[in-house]
Amino acid sequence: MTALLSIKDLTMRFGGLVAIDSVSFDVRPEAITALIGPNGAGKTTLFNCVTGFYRPRSGSIRLDCSGRLTELSGQPGHCIAQLGIARTFQNIRLFANMTVLENLLVAQHAELMRASAFSIAGILGLPSYRRAEKKALDKARYWLDRVGLLSRANEPAQFLSYGQQRRLEIARAICSGPRLLCLDEPAAGLNSRETIELASLVRAVSQELGLAVLLIEHDMSLVMEISDHIVVLDYGRKIAEGSPASIRGDKAVIAAYLGEPDGEAA
Amino acid sequence: MAQLPFKAARDGAIAALIAGLLALPLVGFRLVDQSGGEGLANRWPQLVAMIILVFVGRLALSLISGGAVRSVLFFMAAFAIGSLIIPWPSQFLEVVAVGGAALIAMRAAFLLLGSRPFGSMSGAVGLAGRYAPWAMIAFAALLPLLPFANRGVLDTGVMILTYVLLGWGLNIVTGLAGLLDLGYAAFFAIGAYTAAILGSTYGFSFWACLPLAAAFASAAGLLLGFPVLRLRGDYFAIVTLGFGEIIRIVANNWRSLTNGSQGIAGAPRPSFFGIADFTASPAPGHTAFNALFGIPYNPIHRIIFLYYLVLGAALLVNGFTLRIRRLPIGRAWEALREDEIAAQALGIDRRRVKLTAFAIGAAWGGVGGAFFAARQGFVSPESFGFMESVAVTAIVVLGGMGSQLGVVFAAVLYVGLSELFRPLEEYRMLVFGIAMIAIMRFRPRGLISTRRPTATLL
Repeated sequence: MTALLSIKDLTMRFGGLVAIDSVSFDVRPEAITALIGPNGAGKTTLFNCVTGFYRPRSGSIRLDCSGRLTELSGQPGHCIAQLGIARTFQNIRLFANMTVLENLLVAQHAELMRASAFSIAGILGLPSYRRAEKKALDKARYWLDRVGLLSRANEPAQFLSYGQQRRLEIARAICSGPRLLCLDEPAAGLNSRETIELASLVRAVSQELGLAVLLIEHDMSLVMEISDHIVVLDYGRKIAEGSPASIRGDKAVIAAYLGEPDGEAA
Repeated sequence: MAQLPFKAARDGAIAALIAGLLALPLVGFRLVDQSGGEGLANRWPQLVAMIILVFVGRLALSLISGGAVRSVLFFMAAFAIGSLIIPWPSQFLEVVAVGGAALIAMRAAFLLLGSRPFGSMSGAVGLAGRYAPWAMIAFAALLPLLPFANRGVLDTGVMILTYVLLGWGLNIVTGLAGLLDLGYAAFFAIGAYTAAILGSTYGFSFWACLPLAAAFASAAGLLLGFPVLRLRGDYFAIVTLGFGEIIRIVANNWRSLTNGSQGIAGAPRPSFFGIADFTASPAPGHTAFNALFGIPYNPIHRIIFLYYLVLGAALLVNGFTLRIRRLPIGRAWEALREDEIAAQALGIDRRRVKLTAFAIGAAWGGVGGAFFAARQGFVSPESFGFMESVAVTAIVVLGGMGSQLGVVFAAVLYVGLSELFRPLEEYRMLVFGIAMIAIMRFRPRGLISTRRPTATLL
């Protein structure tokens, strides 16, 4: 199977610290790939390299853009986002004073910007722009309904509860129309019921849109339940890769991260 | 309860004692020039009056916190009125007495009404917010026709409207895009100088100068913005502050172009849309405004016309902002203000989006400058000092970042306060500062902090 995103020999250094040490793996299309490992293993750093917030020292990150491989490393973040990689953040980053709906409209910026033709069609209120805006509103409405926030659409995002903010951030990433969705610890701070709901949401969205998901998560039950493929990092190195079943039994992973079966690692 | 007056009096006495000790060297004595060198003069009346004021103020506040709200309200209201009649040793003390007593009385009144001062007015503001703008526009449009609208009132009106125009322009940069620009007067200056130089040296008319002033200011904004917009927060504020000073210093020193500190006279006066001039004796081939309408000549016609022009320009800026806020570019500005990282992760090009905000804000600053030149007829560097930038920024921040209506209130307050307290001379800025502190204390997010969503789902 051809990879949607292929990472080869990626290395990232901060001064003397090697945060990522020649890591290679593929993210397959229409599948959920989980990235696990202890704190400080370099998971979020790898995310930041993929999404253009860091410039990796060496190695390549290639995205399959309809058959053509595009090098991502070194490109500015907004270009990478426009190529179809959306992300959420470990510490939620919403537009706090803007309404829930507006958060989802900002996510559709590139598309609406094209429709507004340098804001000229927008200022004049031409029908082409109004159609595009209506479409964007419908899309936002659909996803708000899916994450159960439709009734809160007109409230500032900061008024939402923590779990709702997590869901809104995911909906916002989806609204930007990505092909690869990167979720950085989406279940952090959620209770068990919310975690279960989140798992089914991610699974359903991935199937519905044919979306590839790259997921960082510490909640092992969630990871094992929804992942198709798992990559394990430790001290910046990849120590294992494979299906959930094979990772669960992997000696190196147990030693570094999961711990003995009776101890509650997650 | 019986102990309350005693306790309040003790509080007042302690405060008065401390104030007296502090004020004795500061207020009580004064160096004066005498024939045989310098000598000391004393100012006992001022000192005593000050101590009395501190005592009364502290007493009233203690009584309020002790629960005697109603009696304090009556007492302080009476004190405020009485202070207007009693001759105080200095005008400054009179202002402190009247203003302080009024503030304390207001505090008591708000407590009686069961709400904190200015704290929970959002419901009323929301209701007023719907009708207030239209009422204000109607008032502004009718002002020149009202009987008390003499030259001074109209001049103040033009000044307020110019600040409103500048405030609305800066609101795009600071209120929406969240870029703290402390050098906005630079664009104002570029607009004013463009109009003045093109008008006086090259004979351009006001109507030709207006778009050119906007274009030059906007170009300056782009030039400055390119390198500077990668800076964040405080660093950006500092660089814009420097830019504001640079423009003023260049205007001061580039004598061949700007005539240095002497300034440029003969900035173009607006004609009646190029049809008629506002003079008693028009140049050959030109028509006079009064002749066109068959009315006697009156110099106030020009000011009324300018007033309406600035009003129109300000409303145009307002309409533009209200419109563009609802477009993707406007939402991207606000998104950048809220969280740059998240906005970038959604495909927003930070630099380009900020640059548009900066250039558009600068263009409106240039328009404001052209109107300023037209009002004064004279442009010199000292009109574009740091205080002008601070004033416009203060208007935007105190009005409530991003609130169009807030800018109007703050501009009226700023110009109004400085006109009202003109007799106080140097204490004027003190009053302004106290007003700013009061706003920040009671409404930390500005006079109007409600934000209207740019889109809603039913």
